[in-house]
Amino acid sequence: MASIETLTPLQLDVMKEIGNIGSGNAATALSKMLNKKIDMHVPSVRVVDFEEMMNLVGGPEEVITAVFLRIEGEAPGQMFFILSPEEAESFVKQLTGIDDFSVVNNPDNPMALSALQEIGNILAGSYLSALSDFIGGSLQPSIPLLTIDMAGAILAEGLLEISQVSDYAMVIDTLIDDHEDEGDPIKGHFFLLPDPDSFDHLFDKLGVNDE
Amino acid sequence: MKTLVDHIVKVGIADLKFAEAPMHLRTSGLGSCVGVVIYDTRLKIAGMAHVMLPDSTSAKKDNINVYKYADTSLPVLLQTLLDKGAKRYQLKAKIAGGAQMFSFSSTNDMLRVGERNVVAVKQFLETERIPIVAEDVRGKSGRTIEFSTETLLLNVRTVNQGTQDL
Repeated sequence: MASIETLTPLQLDVMKEIGNIGSGNAATALSKMLNKKIDMHVPSVRVVDFEEMMNLVGGPEEVITAVFLRIEGEAPGQMFFILSPEEAESFVKQLTGIDDFSVVNNPDNPMALSALQEIGNILAGSYLSALSDFIGGSLQPSIPLLTIDMAGAILAEGLLEISQVSDYAMVIDTLIDDHEDEGDPIKGHFFLLPDPDSFDHLFDKLGVNDE
Repeated sequence: MKTLVDHIVKVGIADLKFAEAPMHLRTSGLGSCVGVVIYDTRLKIAGMAHVMLPDSTSAKKDNINVYKYADTSLPVLLQTLLDKGAKRYQLKAKIAGGAQMFSFSSTNDMLRVGERNVVAVKQFLETERIPIVAEDVRGKSGRTIEFSTETLLLNVRTVNQGTQDL
């Protein structure tokens, strides 16, 4: 059985390529929303253990903005789209013009929260449709849920299925670049956590199963 | 709570650590996971477990991390304390965590894991007759907890619900 701990470079490359295509779709959707040119890159696909996963977003106690989706269908799993508080605030400002939204101090802004949920929805949906095109099967995302809390508390939720067989997860990093001079591009982490049994199925369909 | 960093013993996810006074035990970002502290009130030694799942029989592989499951981690926690000289009648417990971070209206049992963790932990402590003297469980918030072996207080910090000493 293909296991996340023994993925070959080819298998990781395939996941990355899916990420690139998904990002392309997502960038188009996002640039329509923001009405400007958006580039998205997929800098890396990695397999990390739980502690590393927490550390990627600043440690288990770091406050993060996370959109969580459960994937149902041919290859069930879960997905997180994660932004740091600064990135989330910057995104909300660009999308809605709201500039007093603060993830920690002033989080009760329905418009801002809805915008964040929507970006997660668009990105995850784009990724999933690329993936399901590739495998020629259907994948349905659940309604996206937005949560702002400690990274450890949020991410552990997504690790539960996996943690029954493995202590590793797959992380696909994305970079959203809006070509504005001020500030850095918005960095979003995309965590795709296929259920343990899904890997075999995915790689079979993609034609890169080793066995 | 001000503490020197080198006084803190960090407990990771699915981990178990022990400390003696004046050390602190700390684990960060508990969501549906439950942090369990068992301590000897006289000797001031304590152990903290960070359990992810209630029951190891659901594991789908052989060489499991015993600290991941309540039913395998807590017996080790208790036995190690007793081996260190703790007296059973001096043992007390404080627990925190077991939140439900996402409100899915799903029947998926995995999503109610916080509740199941709390039940499993309480069941173990009851069976072993270790009184739970303080708890902050369930709810919707992530928690970071720090236990002082000196004051025997459990500090619980959340992002939006403030901080309290139990």
